[in-house]
Amino acid sequence: MLCDVCGKNPATVHLTEIIDDQMTELHLCEECAKQKSMQMEQQFGLADLLAGLAEFEKPIEEKETLLLKCPNCKLTYKDFKKIGRLGCSECYEAFRKYLSPLLKRIHGSTAHAGKMPVKIAKTAKKRLDLQELRVKLQKAIEAEQFEEAAKIRDQIKAQEKTQVPPQPEEEKHDEPQ
Amino acid sequence: MNLNDLLNHRSEWLKGTGPHSDIVISSRIRLARNLASAPFPHWSNKKQGRDVLDAIEQAVGKINYLKGTTIFELADLDSLDKQFLVERHLMSYGHAHKTNSKAVVIDNEEIVSLMVNEEDHIRLQVMQSGFNLFEAWNIINRIDDCLAKELSFAFSLDYGYLTACPTNTGTGMRGSVMLHLPALVIIGQIKQVLNAISKLSFTTRGLYGEGTEATGNFFQVSNQVSLGHSETEIIENINGLIRQIIEQENQARETLMSKNKSVVEDKISRSFGILKNAHIISSQETTELLSMVRLGISLGLIKEIDSSSVNELFIITQPAHLQKLENKKLSSQERDVKRAEIIRDKLNKQ
Ligand SMILES: [Zn+2]
Ligand SMILES: [Zn+2]
Repeated sequence: MLCDVCGKNPATVHLTEIIDDQMTELHLCEECAKQKSMQMEQQFGLADLLAGLAEFEKPIEEKETLLLKCPNCKLTYKDFKKIGRLGCSECYEAFRKYLSPLLKRIHGSTAHAGKMPVKIAKTAKKRLDLQELRVKLQKAIEAEQFEEAAKIRDQIKAQEKTQVPPQPEEEKHDEPQ
Repeated sequence: MNLNDLLNHRSEWLKGTGPHSDIVISSRIRLARNLASAPFPHWSNKKQGRDVLDAIEQAVGKINYLKGTTIFELADLDSLDKQFLVERHLMSYGHAHKTNSKAVVIDNEEIVSLMVNEEDHIRLQVMQSGFNLFEAWNIINRIDDCLAKELSFAFSLDYGYLTACPTNTGTGMRGSVMLHLPALVIIGQIKQVLNAISKLSFTTRGLYGEGTEATGNFFQVSNQVSLGHSETEIIENINGLIRQIIEQENQARETLMSKNKSVVEDKISRSFGILKNAHIISSQETTELLSMVRLGISLGLIKEIDSSSVNELFIITQPAHLQKLENKKLSSQERDVKRAEIIRDKLNKQ
């Protein structure tokens, strides 16, 4: 039997694929099979990444690590390793120690550089302004410019009042089904 | 809007217009967004999934940009409808399974679609015809801002948008460009091109996204990295890569025409001939032959029909489209007959 793809070499690898609810048999030569598996690897890159991570980070495979649990959604680190998906946005904080190296491996970075949701952008800007004012205040005090310092302190107080209070904690959800 | 209305409508992204539309079929941007604290779709129970869907439906209803959209809950659609939406690239293959609290929001022009409770709570996508990622970005960015006013998105200042899968964390953005590269395939250079792409940490996929194979010389190129670069940086990177691929494909086309003109002409004319005359044709053969016809149009060898009609044929000859057009379930053999009929009809009419 000749290879279905190149039609030149003898087929030595036999695969069954399901497309459109229909089973298709593929008979491939070694060369074409290699190519096919390369495509598959590209598609299933994450599973490999996770598996790879498990291998060379043996020390974190300790029991307590695997039992680490997100307080919000109850997903354990072990669950995450198994399904490759996090349970909720708070998992990022719960598993931070282990997620950071993973994100670094996937993206080459752990620092977001893109846009922000409008609401958060506003609070983030306020927080930044506040930080700047505090630095100014510190400098004014060090330079013994007390009048200036008092002015800045009033500005900070005014700003703090307009700060959006932190959102009340949301109702805890039930265990997933 | 009724789903059947789409049947006689040519999607915006198939119009064959826009920059470099002889090589680039479409440009697509998708954003992954989640609601803060609510469990991600795969980890939520029925009630939680429903709450998320309700919240998003409500938000969508308030947004002007999304006025002309229709929401379809997947539980209300039969399997044919679902496959139909997948074939039109309005939702992913994975979204069609396990329909619990899932929905898809579609606009009349089929530019915007929003999947609810796919891998993430929100998967928003905007499609444009031709090589036009920035236009897609401008549209999706505005819709995203509107959604962010109505909903509290899961976001952290250091990691960015938080997604179910860490491969999407950060911008939550994937830009994809669908390319038609027949000449690179024919002259045997496609392997090198694809290898180069994967080294640059971009991925290539088939016509129907993740897990599908490249057929008919169509390749979808997307960014892999979503964290550490801004959206515009990512788009510029993709654009740079696409420009290079376009140039290589153009060179390959020139090579073909200068060195193997009669072979190419023969292949293209035969493909056109078969399509115009066949009475039974499989989906696979259709894709391959249409691909050659599309090349023939770009090279000026076929003038009777335009690339927009060919683009459309790729979609309407898919199984669910055929069955919707015929308004009944068709066996694989019956589909092959119906498919040939539609193609003959379209190609001989012009
Ligand atoms: Zn072979
Ligand atoms: Zn969690």
